[in-house]
Amino acid sequence: MPRRLLLQLLSALALGGLAPPGWAAPRFEDSIAQRVLACTGCHGAQGRAGPDGFYPRIAGKPAGYLYNQLLNFRDGRRHYPLMTHLVAPLTDAYLLEMATHFSALDLPYPAPAANPPADLAARGEMLVHRGDPARGVPACVSCHGAQMTGVAPAIPGLLGLPRDYLNGQFGAWRTGKRRAHAPDCMREVAVRMNLADINAVSSWLAAQPVPVPAKAAPVLPGPLPLPCGGIGQGGPP
Amino acid sequence: MMRRVWHVLLALALAMVLAVVVLDFRSDEAIPANATPVEGTAEQVQRGLYLATAGNCMFCHTAPGGVPYAGGRPIDTPFGTVFTSNLTPDDATGIGTWAPAHLWRAMHQGRSKDGHRLFPAFPYPNYTHVSREDSDAIYAYLRSLPPVRQPNAAHTVGFPYNTQVALAVWRALFFWPGGTITDPLQSAEWNRGAYLVQGLGHCNACHSARNLLGGSVGVLDLSGGLIPMQNWYAPSLASPDEAGVAAWDTRDVVALLRDGVSTRGSAIGPMAEVVQHSTQHLTEADLRAMAVYLKALPQEAARVIDPAASSPSGRETVGSRLYSQHCAQCHGAQGEGVAGAYPALAGNRAVTLDPPANLVRVVLLGGFAPSTAGNPRPFGMPPFATVLSEEDVAAVLTHIRKSFGNQGHTVTAFEVHRYRTN
Repeated sequence: MPRRLLLQLLSALALGGLAPPGWAAPRFEDSIAQRVLACTGCHGAQGRAGPDGFYPRIAGKPAGYLYNQLLNFRDGRRHYPLMTHLVAPLTDAYLLEMATHFSALDLPYPAPAANPPADLAARGEMLVHRGDPARGVPACVSCHGAQMTGVAPAIPGLLGLPRDYLNGQFGAWRTGKRRAHAPDCMREVAVRMNLADINAVSSWLAAQPVPVPAKAAPVLPGPLPLPCGGIGQGGPP
Repeated sequence: MMRRVWHVLLALALAMVLAVVVLDFRSDEAIPANATPVEGTAEQVQRGLYLATAGNCMFCHTAPGGVPYAGGRPIDTPFGTVFTSNLTPDDATGIGTWAPAHLWRAMHQGRSKDGHRLFPAFPYPNYTHVSREDSDAIYAYLRSLPPVRQPNAAHTVGFPYNTQVALAVWRALFFWPGGTITDPLQSAEWNRGAYLVQGLGHCNACHSARNLLGGSVGVLDLSGGLIPMQNWYAPSLASPDEAGVAAWDTRDVVALLRDGVSTRGSAIGPMAEVVQHSTQHLTEADLRAMAVYLKALPQEAARVIDPAASSPSGRETVGSRLYSQHCAQCHGAQGEGVAGAYPALAGNRAVTLDPPANLVRVVLLGGFAPSTAGNPRPFGMPPFATVLSEEDVAAVLTHIRKSFGNQGHTVTAFEVHRYRTN
């Protein structure tokens, strides 16, 4: 992406409150950034709170993860009508190009949330790093990477996201509103956890600073604790 | 005296029942006793795939993310939800036990294998004009698919519309079983276009108004209509102010159907679906034939436009302010757009369409033109549903409908509210 366009994009986004949300006004340029202004209008550069929920950050997430989410919205495994409408007329190849574009962006992350109460933080930290063997809940880091920045190509990072968004995703997984390719390991994890533990994990995660650089780890720290679909499907179709 | 009135009423009622029965069974063909499933030739299978694409069969008969042709996509109608059926050759849940004659009767007369009347969400008022040869080729193609065991979902159409009696009445009123329509006075190309547009293309399933019972006046009518439940308006192909193409170059009509974009306009919403799943895969010759037929449709008179009446006052309004803030970056300060990327709003027929349903939906939902071989990486428009209020949308739409030489009616917040839902 041309640096000039990126700078224009960022400076437009910095005006946040005044400009329409996330809407950059670069001069027309035939680029992938120009073609996907339909995405950044809502998601902004770092994710953005909207009247009907939180539009998560897409910049810098693993390409395979982003691509899988686009397919999930198109094919009815995730449900948000505006997303489904946008991606419905697009081919796999174009969706992959969009995912790769956003994956390559390297933008700063927002400051983490304030620390939760000590006992909640301790419980959350323990679950993230060690899981809950009694319930068969694996440690978050065993899939999402020791630094929790995800694992290429298809496992997302867990940092830089608000607590409410994380809680929302857990809820959606538990009710079946959000799904992934079968076998849906994250649904399995979400239904094994209780609500107090979900809150502890999301509260602790939201309070962690994002390491620099925040790139996804190249390989998993060990074997996957649960069978997961879509992990090998992040590459070109 | 009273008795005579009753006799007349009874006779009228009997006559109506008889009319429904007769009209319902018009040219009802019996299935030959020896009708059994058969495998088609390789040529039939290949031709059937092409014809099924021309009919966009797969899109409806595939659930979102589901196995192709295994059915299960919900089709919302004002009478309830119809779930499409499994067309794979599975004996238990698909059409594995069907003979070519059964598919022919379904296409031609809207009846299932056991003879029950099908909901006209399956566009058999159009497919009745498909030839037996083409129906058999589609059969051969469906027969060649891997069988998928997926039971059909139960429709949720409410009483009385879910009854066979209601369907018999509907068919008596709105279904004209037919054969292939040809007009010897027209060219072979025109006739081919007519066959595709009226039959497999089922264009008038959207591009024609439906009455309260979901009927339309016939396959020749393409004078536009609001698509039930979807709240998109399929514009009139018979009006130079809507989507009539009589004045277009044939190449532009072909480009729109093949690429989803042309120098004269682009496809969005349900038409993007049609281009994506159906027309982009058709041969140049067939697209040209459709263009020839559509260009020859009788056109209504154009509205008289007085450019002076549309001169902008120069005063800033809520609409003009919103336009500068949200729209001008791409569509241009004078609504000129960017060629090949963002449509011009000046002189764009889609901007002044009545009802303004599509305009409302495009602004609220945003969207992309379809990815096609000719336009694989379309530019997108962001959704404004979470940014602009209904009053704001009405103001900015009113602004573009009355600026840049456009002469459209004011859009009200009530209309925005009405057309946003589906």
